[in-house]
Amino acid sequence: MSKETSLHGVHKGLGALFTDFAGWSMPIRYSSELAEHKAVRETAGLFDLSHMAEIEVTGPQAADVLDFALVGNLSGVKPGRARYTMICDETGGVLDDLVVYRLADEKFLVVANAGNAAVVAEALAERVSGFDAVVDNKSEDVALIAVQGPKAVEILGAVTDADLGALKYYASVPAVVKGHDVLLARTGYTGEDGFELYVPAGEAPAVWRILTEAGEPHGLLPAGLACRDTLRLEAGMPLYGNELSLQLSPYEAGLGRVVKFEKPNDFVGKAALEELSKKDVPRVRVGLKGSGRRAPRHGYTVLSGETEIGEVTSGALSPTLGYPIAMAYVDREHSEPGTELSVDIRGRIEPVEVVALPFYSRA
Amino acid sequence: MSIPQDLKYTKEHEWLNVVDGVATVGITAFAAESLGDIVFVQLPSVGDTVTAGEVFGEVESTKSVSELYAPVDGEVVEVNGATTDTPELINSDPYAEGWLLKVRLSGDVPALLDAQAYAVLTQEN
Repeated sequence: MSKETSLHGVHKGLGALFTDFAGWSMPIRYSSELAEHKAVRETAGLFDLSHMAEIEVTGPQAADVLDFALVGNLSGVKPGRARYTMICDETGGVLDDLVVYRLADEKFLVVANAGNAAVVAEALAERVSGFDAVVDNKSEDVALIAVQGPKAVEILGAVTDADLGALKYYASVPAVVKGHDVLLARTGYTGEDGFELYVPAGEAPAVWRILTEAGEPHGLLPAGLACRDTLRLEAGMPLYGNELSLQLSPYEAGLGRVVKFEKPNDFVGKAALEELSKKDVPRVRVGLKGSGRRAPRHGYTVLSGETEIGEVTSGALSPTLGYPIAMAYVDREHSEPGTELSVDIRGRIEPVEVVALPFYSRA
Repeated sequence: MSIPQDLKYTKEHEWLNVVDGVATVGITAFAAESLGDIVFVQLPSVGDTVTAGEVFGEVESTKSVSELYAPVDGEVVEVNGATTDTPELINSDPYAEGWLLKVRLSGDVPALLDAQAYAVLTQEN
C-alpha cells in the first residue's frame, strides 16, 4: 500500500491519474502532461512534492555536522540562504543530492529525494554522533507545495505579505500565506522562476486551495510528476536513479563543483573524492539532441559508429523545443559538444549530437 | 470512460470495426489515457501485411513506448496519416478521427471482446 500525501484527496477531486513513486501514490498528471508542462513554461504550475523528505538539523554544531556529513561547505551558507549539495559515502558514491536551507545560525533543513529519505536520515543520524547537534526527520509533518513558472511571483504575491522581490534565488523566508505559516523558498526543479512552500501537513489542502484560487486568473494548472520530469530534463537537472547513483561520483555527473575541499575539517568521502578530482573520469554526463520524433530513453545504448560508448539516462521529445533530448553517460573522448553520435532506439540507429546542458534556459 | 457498444476489442486495448471484410483498427480511450499525451506513432504502409498477434507499429508518449499488435491477419489498405502528423488525435478522438489502420481481412475474425467484456477488463486493470 503506497503512502498518500495530505493532498491526496485534493488530487482525487481534481481527477488526477496516480502512479507509485518511491512508495508514494503521487499524481502523474491531472489532464494532459503536455498542457501542464506548457503552463509551467508560460504561466505557472502547482505541484505537490510532499513525498520529499525534510530533515531538520539543529544545535550549536549543526553547521559542523553538515560540513562533515555532506560534500558542501554548509557553514559558509548564510541564514536565509540555501545550497544544492550532495551526501556521499566513503568511496565518493552519491547517496543523494540535496537542497539544504540554513534557517538560522543553528538550524538547517535538509531536503532529500523521496526514494532516499531513509538512507539520508540514517546517514545523518549516524554522522551526527559526537557533534552537539540533533537530527530530526520532519517528513511526516511537513508538506511541500511548489508554484513554478513566470507568473509565480504574481500568484504568490497576491496571497502573502512576504517581500518576493527581495527573495533571491536559493533563499528562503518564513512567511504567512493567508493566515498559514509557511517556509517560503525561491527554489525549484523546473528551470523556471518559482517558489517552494514548506507547510504543516494538515494545512496543505488549505494552502493548495488558496494558491489555486490566486492562480486561476493567470492560467495556473495543477501539475504532476510526468511534466516535472520533462521540465527538469529540459533544464538539464539530474535525477537520482537516472543521472546520479551510488556507483557514480559527483565528477562523472559533471557536478564536481559541489565538492568543497577548502572546508576546514574532514568530511565523509573526502579522501576518495580527492583522488577522483585529480583524474579524468572515464565517462561523463552529456546532453544529446536528436532529430525526428523518436526520443532516446533511459537504458538505450549510445554509439559512435558501431562502437558502444555510453548509455542514455533520461530522454524525451522536448515539449518546449519540439525535438528529442536526452542525458547520457558517454566515454570522455566523445563528450565534446558538436560530436556526432547515434542512439539505438529499439533497433533503429538514430543520429544525435552532443550538446551543452541545459537544453532550455528561461529568457 | 466511454466504450462504444458497436465495436469489438482486444485484450491489448485495440478496437476493431469490421465492415464488409475490412477492419478499421485503433487503440481504445483507456489505452490512450494510460499512455498519456501521444507524441509519435509509427504505422505500416499501405500494401503491407499484418499478422494477428504480431507487432505492426508503436505509439510513444512523453513517458513510455507501447507496441501495437495486429488483432487480425490481412493487408493494410489504408493508413490514417492524420495520426502520424497529429498524434494527439489518438488522445482526443480515439474511436473516430484517431483511427490507425484499415486492414482487408485474409482470414477469419478472431474471437474478440464485446464492449461489456472490455469494460470488465479495464476495470480489472
